[in-house]
Amino acid sequence: MEYIVLAINAILVQNILLAQYLGNCPFMGVSKKMETATGMGLAVLFVMTFATCITWFFQHYFLIPMHIEYLQTIVFIVVIAALVQLVEMFLKKLIPPLFRSLGIFLPLITTNCAILGVAVLCIRKDLGFMDSLFFAVFSGIGFLLAIVVFAGLRERFEISFIPKALQDTSIALVTAGLMALAFYGFVGIDGSLKALTMN
Amino acid sequence: MVKAKSISKEFFKGFWEILPPFRLVLGLCPMLAVTKYVENGLGMGIATTFVLFFSNIIISSIKSVIPKKVRIASYIVIIATFVVIVELVMQAFFYSLFEKLGIFIPLIVVNCIILGRAEAFASKNPIHLSAADGLGIGLGFTMSLFLISAIREILGAGTFLGMHIMWGSYEPFAFMIEAPGAFICLGLLLAMMNLVPTKLNGAN
Repeated sequence: MEYIVLAINAILVQNILLAQYLGNCPFMGVSKKMETATGMGLAVLFVMTFATCITWFFQHYFLIPMHIEYLQTIVFIVVIAALVQLVEMFLKKLIPPLFRSLGIFLPLITTNCAILGVAVLCIRKDLGFMDSLFFAVFSGIGFLLAIVVFAGLRERFEISFIPKALQDTSIALVTAGLMALAFYGFVGIDGSLKALTMN
Repeated sequence: MVKAKSISKEFFKGFWEILPPFRLVLGLCPMLAVTKYVENGLGMGIATTFVLFFSNIIISSIKSVIPKKVRIASYIVIIATFVVIVELVMQAFFYSLFEKLGIFIPLIVVNCIILGRAEAFASKNPIHLSAADGLGIGLGFTMSLFLISAIREILGAGTFLGMHIMWGSYEPFAFMIEAPGAFICLGLLLAMMNLVPTKLNGAN
């Protein structure tokens, strides 16, 4: 039950893209077509889960025992960059069809702030390993959901009339704003669910 | 068309020609996240400018020794080093700002503007031009952050740098300081920026 509340919180209430403003560059950049958006979303979900687990181990079994927590940023980004390379090589060898669909998005993911953001958030919130894992998975699902819905909306732009000045990124941002407003409606759901489980 | 590259040109292009994030749609996350208040926006802008300026200089000066295959990883490590410096300095001297910016200080590492400039400019150009480019883009970014945070703070909270500047009966438009307001504010500003050249061309 605890994890259901966590899931609703991470996917809907505190959606990583629309409420926490993480990972907005790919959100704007690769959301013009449904397939690319789905590919990007899946790649993010995949890497985010692995990256959060590995950085959690690095933080608790390497940085803290050595008292070099201030190097967190450098170590995390290097770990994530290395991980993305590894994932790319493994997928290429082991699961070629998956590599073909996710391949082009993987290099972009190193500089996706959602990945590093979730890894750092787990440390700052002092989450345990299982909680971090679930938090990463649900955040990734939230990312996937938001980018797929957004791509669906954006595909409609092609057949609708948009004033010249608003075209492209501008209207995309306004649309994202309206989507964020819709997601804003979920605020409070997690609280009431929590209260419900308490009783 | 080959244009002569001069320091002043590389410096000033960051203010209009490729002003981030309007002309160069990169670095959106800090642009949306830390522009609730002018203080946060300015702090973020200055921190980013610092990192951009120094990483451009370092990358430009060692570009010939970095192997091509691992260049992106090398850039990220160089950038991360400066981000850690900023993090430690802010923690020591500007603690309240450090608390407010929170997770977005380590996230300067993955600000695509910095890596983008490293890849597109510093890795191909001499040191003095890269320094001018870094400083110009950084200040342009700071300017945009300042503009958006000023609009959001004045409309959303009725204050500017924490001082009340609206009339007494002004009801703060709280929508502006929430997440949806950030997206819509940036989108409309971008539309206005698009409108300017159209109007100028129309007048000619």
